[in-house]
Amino acid sequence: MTPTAAPRTLDVREAKRRRAAARRQYIRDTYVLWRRNRLMVLGTGIIAGLLLVAAVAPLLATYSPYEQVLADRLLPPSWAHLFGTDGLGRDIASRVVYGSRVSLTIALLVAAISTPIGMLIGILSGYLGGAVDEILMRLADIFLAFPRLILAIAFAAALGPGVENAIIAIAIAHWPSYARLARAETLNVKNNDYIQAMRVLGVGKLHIMAGHIAPMCLSSIIVRMSLDMGTIILTAAGLGFLGLGAQPPMPEWGLMVADGRQFLVDQWWVSTLPGLAILVVVMGFNLLGDGIRDVLDPRQRQL
Amino acid sequence: MGRYLLRRLVTLTITLAGIMVMTFFTSLVIPLDPLASLAGPQAPPETVERLRTLYGFDQPLYIQFGRYVARLGRGDLGVSFQTSRPVLQDILTYFPATLELATFAIFLGICVGIPLGVLSAVYKNRFIDQFCRVLSLVGVSTPVFWLGLVLMLVFYFKLGWLPEPGRLDIMLIEPPRVVGVLLIDSVIARDWAVFRDAITHLIMPASVLGLVGVAGISRITRSSMLEVLSQEYVKTARIKGLGEFLVITRHALRNAMVPTVTVVGLTYGLLLEGSVLTETIFSWPGLGRYLANAFLTLDLNTIVGGTMFVALTFCVVNLVVDVAYAYLNPKITYTEP
Repeated sequence: MTPTAAPRTLDVREAKRRRAAARRQYIRDTYVLWRRNRLMVLGTGIIAGLLLVAAVAPLLATYSPYEQVLADRLLPPSWAHLFGTDGLGRDIASRVVYGSRVSLTIALLVAAISTPIGMLIGILSGYLGGAVDEILMRLADIFLAFPRLILAIAFAAALGPGVENAIIAIAIAHWPSYARLARAETLNVKNNDYIQAMRVLGVGKLHIMAGHIAPMCLSSIIVRMSLDMGTIILTAAGLGFLGLGAQPPMPEWGLMVADGRQFLVDQWWVSTLPGLAILVVVMGFNLLGDGIRDVLDPRQRQL
Repeated sequence: MGRYLLRRLVTLTITLAGIMVMTFFTSLVIPLDPLASLAGPQAPPETVERLRTLYGFDQPLYIQFGRYVARLGRGDLGVSFQTSRPVLQDILTYFPATLELATFAIFLGICVGIPLGVLSAVYKNRFIDQFCRVLSLVGVSTPVFWLGLVLMLVFYFKLGWLPEPGRLDIMLIEPPRVVGVLLIDSVIARDWAVFRDAITHLIMPASVLGLVGVAGISRITRSSMLEVLSQEYVKTARIKGLGEFLVITRHALRNAMVPTVTVVGLTYGLLLEGSVLTETIFSWPGLGRYLANAFLTLDLNTIVGGTMFVALTFCVVNLVVDVAYAYLNPKITYTEP
C-alpha cells in the first residue's frame, strides 16, 4: 500500500527532510546514551571482541583445535600453551578460540529459529483472537509449564545428542516467551486508529499483520532476545557439559569443562579456563542486553 | 478470588492434559524401539510379535493413548529401566533430597538477597549498590556447573574447609528415614553428628544454587524499596521523627516485600527443578541427578514420569505464589480479564 494518508499540510520534500533529521537526532541520542552507560560500553566491547575472535580464529589459534600431541598432555599454562593442554595434548587456548564460533553459532541460530516462530504465533494469536488465541496460548502454557532447562534437556535427549539437536531443543524451550510478548504488543496496537483505518480500507489481514503489526513488536522482541542471549549460551554449555549437546571432539566450552573434571585436582586449568570464557561472554551479552533495553525501550529512554 | 482459583485450576488441568499428549507423542518419536530393548537383540520375530500384543503396541494409537492416560491417572508411571523400580517410588525417594537442597538454597538467597537489596536501595549509587549490581550480574552470568567445580577445587581439594561431594560422610549412618530430609530426620533421631555433617555438606551446593536466587531477590528488593522510599507516608514517618532504621524496617520494607515474595516463590519453584547441573556436580542424590541419568540413558518411563512430576510441581508452586500475592496485596483482585 502506498502512504496516501499522509497529511497534506507539509510538502513531501519538507516532510522527508524533517523525518531524516529526526532519525539523525535519534541516532545521536542513542550514541550519547550508549557512551554514558559505561557497563554497556564494556558489554559491547566484550561482544565485539567475541565476534572478532570468532572471525579470525584461524589466525589467533596457534595450534589446531583437534590436533592431539599425546607427548604434551596436561601441560600447565606457559608461553607455548597459554591455557595449557588437555588430556589429549590439545592446546586449550586454541580450542577456546575456536569454541567462540560454536557458542556464537548456537546463540544466533537459536535466536533465528525461536523469534520468528514466537512472533508468528504471538501475532496470529493476538490479532485473530478467539479460538485461535485460546489454542495457541494454551500450547504456549504447556511449554511454559516446564522450567526451560529441563525442557531443553528433555528435547535434546529425545532428539539425540548433537549440536544441531541442542539448537532445536533450546529454540523449542524459548519460543513461548517470545509468543507471549508478541501477543501482548499486538493487543496493544491492534485497536490503534491507523490499523482500524487500514481495516476499513479493506487491507488484508495478512498484510496488516506482516507489514504493520510485526514491525511494532520488533523492538521489544529484540530487547528480550538480547537479554536471552546469555541464557541461551549458558543452556547450550550446560547441555554440552551433561553430554547432551555438542559431542567430542568439537571444541565446545561446556564440553571442555566436563572433559577437565577428571583432572580437576592436579590440572585445574583444563576445566576452569574454558568455563571462564563462558562467564565472560555471558556477562558481555547480559551487559549489552541491559544496555539495549535502556536505549530501545521508550519508557526507559531518558536523556 | 474463588472464580480466579477455579479458572487457574481449569488451566492447570488443560496444561497437564497437553503435557500428557506431548509426552505420549514424544515417546513415539524417540528413535528407540521399546520392544527391541525388552526382547533383546537376538529375539526371534515371534517373540517380538507376542510382546507387541502383550503390551498393546498392536492397538490403534488412540487406544494406546487411552491406556496411557488411564495408567497415569492411577498414578502408575511405569517402571524405570535404570533402577527396575516403579518411577513414582523412585521420584518419592529422590525428591526429599532435592527439597532439602532447594530449601536451604532459597534460605541463603533470602538471607543474603534481601539485606543486599535494602542496602543498595538506601545507599543508591554508592559502593554497596555497585557491588550488588556486579554480584547479581555475576550471579546470572556464571555457569553453575563451572562455579561448582571451582568451589569444590578451592574449598574441598585445596583448603579442605568443606567436605567431599555427596549428602553425608561415608563413615556416618543415615538416621531412620521419616520424611527423607536429612536435617529433619537427624533431629528426630537426635543424631547431632549427622545433623552437623549434613549441614556442612549442604553449604557448597546450596551456595551455588542460591547465587542465582540472590541475584533476582536483591534486584527486586532494591527496585521496590526505591519505589516505596519515595512515597508520602515514608516522608511522614520521617517528619514524625522516627529513626531512619525504624522507617526503613517498619514502614518501607514491609510494603516493599510484596513483589519480593513473588520472586522468592518463583525462584523456589525454579530451584526445585533447576538443580540438574548442581546435583550432577555435587553427586547429590536428588531428583535432578536422577532425571539427568534418565535422559542420558534414554530411560523412557523415567523421562516421561519425571518431567510430568516436575511440570506439576512447577505449576503448583506458581499457583501458590499467585494466590499468596493476592493475599498479601489487598489492592490486587483477580477478575476476568
